[in-house]
Amino acid sequence: MSVPRSNIVRLDGVEKHFGAVRALDGVDFQVDTGECIGLVGHNGAGKSTLMNTLAGTLAPSRGRIAIRGTVEENYSVIRAQRLGIRCVFQELSLCPNLSVAENTRVNHASLKGFGWRRRSAALISAKLDEIFPGHGIDPSDVVSDLSIGKRQMVEVARAFTVTEAPLDLVILDEPTSSLDAHTAGQLLAFVRRFVETGKSCILISHLLGEILDNADRIVVMRDGKVVAIDNASSFDRTRLVTTMGGGNHAEKPATRAETIAKQAGPQRVRARSGRQTDSTELVAHEGEIIGLAGLAGHGQTELLLSIFDARAAGRNVEVTAPVALVAGDRQTDGIFAQWSIGKNIGIRSLTRLRNGLLISPRKENEMAEAWKKKIGIRTPDMNNNILSLSGGNQQKALFARALGSDARIILMDDPMRGVDIGTKLEVYDLIRDEAKAGRTFLWYTTETDELEHCDRVYVFRSGVIVASLNRGEVTEEKVIQSSFSEAS
Amino acid sequence: MTDAVVEPSSSRAANSAARARMLRAMLPALSFALVVIAIAWLNPRAISYFGFSLMLNLAIPIALATIAQMFVIASNELDLSIGTFVGFVGCVTATWLRDAPLVGALILLGSIGVYALLGALIHLRNLPSIVVTLGMSFVWQGLAILTLPTPGGKAPDWLSAIVGFKPPFIPFPILAAIVIALIVHFGLMRTSYGAILRGSGGNPVALGRAGWSILRVKMTLFALAGLFGVLSGMTLVGITTAGDANIGNGYTLLAIAGVILGGGEFVGGRVSPIGAVLGALTLALAASPLLTFMKIPPDWQVAANGVILIVVLAARVLISRRER
Amino acid sequence: MTQIRAVFSTPWIWSFVGAFVVWLATITFTGGVGGGGMLTAALSLAVFMVIVGVGQMFVITLGPGNVDLSLPANIGLASAVAMTVMNGQDSRIALGILAALASGAAVGAANYMLIWALRIPPIIATLSASFIIHSIDIAFGRGLQIKPPPGFADFTNVQFLGIPVMAMLTVLFTIGAGIALNRMIYGRSVLAIGQNLRAAWLAGVNVGWIRFFTYTLCGMLGGLNGALLAGYFRGANVDIGNEYLLSSIAVVVIGGTSVAGGKANIPGIWGASLFLVLLLTMLNTFGVSAGVRLLLTGLIIVGVITAAGGEKSLR
Repeated sequence: MSVPRSNIVRLDGVEKHFGAVRALDGVDFQVDTGECIGLVGHNGAGKSTLMNTLAGTLAPSRGRIAIRGTVEENYSVIRAQRLGIRCVFQELSLCPNLSVAENTRVNHASLKGFGWRRRSAALISAKLDEIFPGHGIDPSDVVSDLSIGKRQMVEVARAFTVTEAPLDLVILDEPTSSLDAHTAGQLLAFVRRFVETGKSCILISHLLGEILDNADRIVVMRDGKVVAIDNASSFDRTRLVTTMGGGNHAEKPATRAETIAKQAGPQRVRARSGRQTDSTELVAHEGEIIGLAGLAGHGQTELLLSIFDARAAGRNVEVTAPVALVAGDRQTDGIFAQWSIGKNIGIRSLTRLRNGLLISPRKENEMAEAWKKKIGIRTPDMNNNILSLSGGNQQKALFARALGSDARIILMDDPMRGVDIGTKLEVYDLIRDEAKAGRTFLWYTTETDELEHCDRVYVFRSGVIVASLNRGEVTEEKVIQSSFSEAS
Repeated sequence: MTDAVVEPSSSRAANSAARARMLRAMLPALSFALVVIAIAWLNPRAISYFGFSLMLNLAIPIALATIAQMFVIASNELDLSIGTFVGFVGCVTATWLRDAPLVGALILLGSIGVYALLGALIHLRNLPSIVVTLGMSFVWQGLAILTLPTPGGKAPDWLSAIVGFKPPFIPFPILAAIVIALIVHFGLMRTSYGAILRGSGGNPVALGRAGWSILRVKMTLFALAGLFGVLSGMTLVGITTAGDANIGNGYTLLAIAGVILGGGEFVGGRVSPIGAVLGALTLALAASPLLTFMKIPPDWQVAANGVILIVVLAARVLISRRER
Repeated sequence: MTQIRAVFSTPWIWSFVGAFVVWLATITFTGGVGGGGMLTAALSLAVFMVIVGVGQMFVITLGPGNVDLSLPANIGLASAVAMTVMNGQDSRIALGILAALASGAAVGAANYMLIWALRIPPIIATLSASFIIHSIDIAFGRGLQIKPPPGFADFTNVQFLGIPVMAMLTVLFTIGAGIALNRMIYGRSVLAIGQNLRAAWLAGVNVGWIRFFTYTLCGMLGGLNGALLAGYFRGANVDIGNEYLLSSIAVVVIGGTSVAGGKANIPGIWGASLFLVLLLTMLNTFGVSAGVRLLLTGLIIVGVITAAGGEKSLR
């Protein structure tokens, strides 16, 4: 913050709401020319939403975006590109059936006419050579033939190619997630050179080392807010971790479980990931609540699914009782959108709801009403469509589906995403009661607070278990420490 | 397709994947070669200028209809009306185009426009293409019967002259197939807008993000399908010399089979014009000459198409599995 | 109460309204002559569409991409099988119907085997299968001159108070299908898979088995239809099922079943079938040519799907 430089992008009080959820809650920040900003934060801190807002794919609910001092009224992807702002999204935006050169052409309308293939190939080759010397990618390679790492290299290199539109700011979202250490180093070195020519870059990464070594300034986000902006030199690993985790915890659940020395019941689940190289495995006994922690997408869901489908998983998984799953991604994994709340709850227990061969509407209603009371679903009528409920109440219906079934093992795939605190507290109590009654819970969560309810926590990184913490050992710092690897 | 062979890629992984893809891309040529070899073995005299001209007599309209279907499949849709459309075009060609060339040409151009509008309708209203085109198949058949209630009419003389052309050395159907395959290959696989057209099947979201109009892409692909449907109907009437409202009915299924035999896939924008033409030729040869030589009764010739299709699909599944 | 309100807010009611309007238009044209006979004839013909329509409905309800294109070939083969087994003897009617059902079930099971083993889209799987079935039918049914047993032929035509008995039985059958759809685990599972296959799997639905059973069921109904058609039209025929490729899909879509899957409607199939049959009757009464008839049928189907559309595609 020494010499005032001209800024490229400036956000003033930007907010983004998804229903009741505030993904961005008043963000002010700016990117100056010739700097690399590191953006860090835990899952759901608002990094992706912020990035999508900058790239023009999401319109802010409130607040202003100004590009080079001019306030943009109708900001869009096209507008952003014309103004020289590009974004490399985490999910790949290449066409898998096209070659590398053809994919480059997709982003450059001016690559046409005679010799466009040659020019396009030359453009992307030059950029790949510049960023990743010795990359081994041929412009004629079809993208679906490339490894995931090479696809990422192509995607990154493509974002830096220039034809007609200017290029001033590139946003990189976890650009090294599929790269090995060598190519990641090449990319980061290139980013430094890019920034030194007066261009700018926003770097999002969960590898704190990358951020500390390469960013000029670091922006830390938490709960949709920017909680710290400072020169990178004033941060170290510890300070970053504490800023991200936050000192002021939310209210601890009042009934913080008494540390009962639990009698270990019979073993219910034993599972290990195929990628695990050592002998670590996940073990759960009757009545236990087991936490699966770590950053989102590091193999927790995969392991839950292999436990769910134990028969197909083979020798790596052993399950000794019926299993039910509570989905976290309600829309794609849980809800049947055309059905009533009652039908959504009953689907897992149809065999018990029959009278002879037919499903009994009476039994179905009884089950629905019983769970409406037990779990507190707020609706005038359980025959209403499931989508008439708020997100939290939809999630309660999914809990009711699993807890109302004959399953003795309940898998939970980060089920509290976007759920309000009141609902959470009610569900926590229910889970503890059910566990006391002998049910086993495997609970993947991205919210560290929830791990306090667990008897044991396994921390995941890159598809494998890297730490196993017992109750009492679980602190936010420890989990974050294990989730973020030291070196890149 | 050819680039992967010529230019060595230094990466191993990409190489083996590319090899599997090559193998898959070779399947159409392989199955075609197998059928030709089988015919040569059963009846060597068939392998001659005259033999091929005769055996592949109807291959050109089938190949053109297959190309039409391929454009639709490239955009992740399916056209179940192409067969009756070919029949309709045949009827118009045998009547209007001969008696009043200008009106005939306008009708055919208009029908291409209808195809483009169908593409827009399917995209804008997010409709299932197979129901829409199934309905359209009735429309085209109805129009065909209205144009030509009983089989008859006559192909324009210039059209008969074109399809009756006898080039030296290479039989006309083979020459025409090569020309069609190369032209479409150039248009779809080598031009800059061709890449966008194919990209719409691969990742429409990415295309939209880069600022391309998916509506325009879809209309273009459907219009191209209409254009090649028109060409198919015209050549068909040129060969048979008369129109018949039901003449093209079998082409719907043949065209889909041809695209799939030619290495195309229903989703993902993976299509190959050269493969599609080869697939159509394979079906044309396998459909009757081969089976006749093998003394397979004509009853089973349709089944042979089904079996060939299933065998090729099974082979492809095996190759894809090895890719993993 | 809520159920009555639901009845009038459902889209399938319009297929009955459409059928009624078409019927009114026709008897207005004839000056009120033959209105009853027309309904009787329409009911007889609608039966065939309803039977295959129900099978196709279960398949389409499985979700995007699911459709059975092998019905025409299946129906043709089953008609030949039924006539051969019955061999013109009244005593073998039941046996013949069983054989037709078995033939259809085999076709359906083979369809699903192709879908499952080759992991190919149902459209191309049922299409390839239909090529083969068609050939088997041609080879097997060529020159088959066996007439249906007199008892069977009479059965397909017998009426009670002007209502074809077959139509009454089909009403009973559709009620059964409705119960299976709404009140049995099978139907619930189909609806769940159609809404969201992954969520259904995660909710413990046996996805593979349900899909297998659905394709087999659809095949069986095609087989039954083949036998009944052969009885009604006095003999088997390779092309006897041809019109049911389009009409089976059309009655499902017009009847209010979602092509995106997960939402099915049985009464709508009756309405749509009557609508299509009466539409043809009307066009015939008006004396329009075959061409206009086809043209209008096609346009109405495209029009209906456009009006009802806005959902994700069948593929």
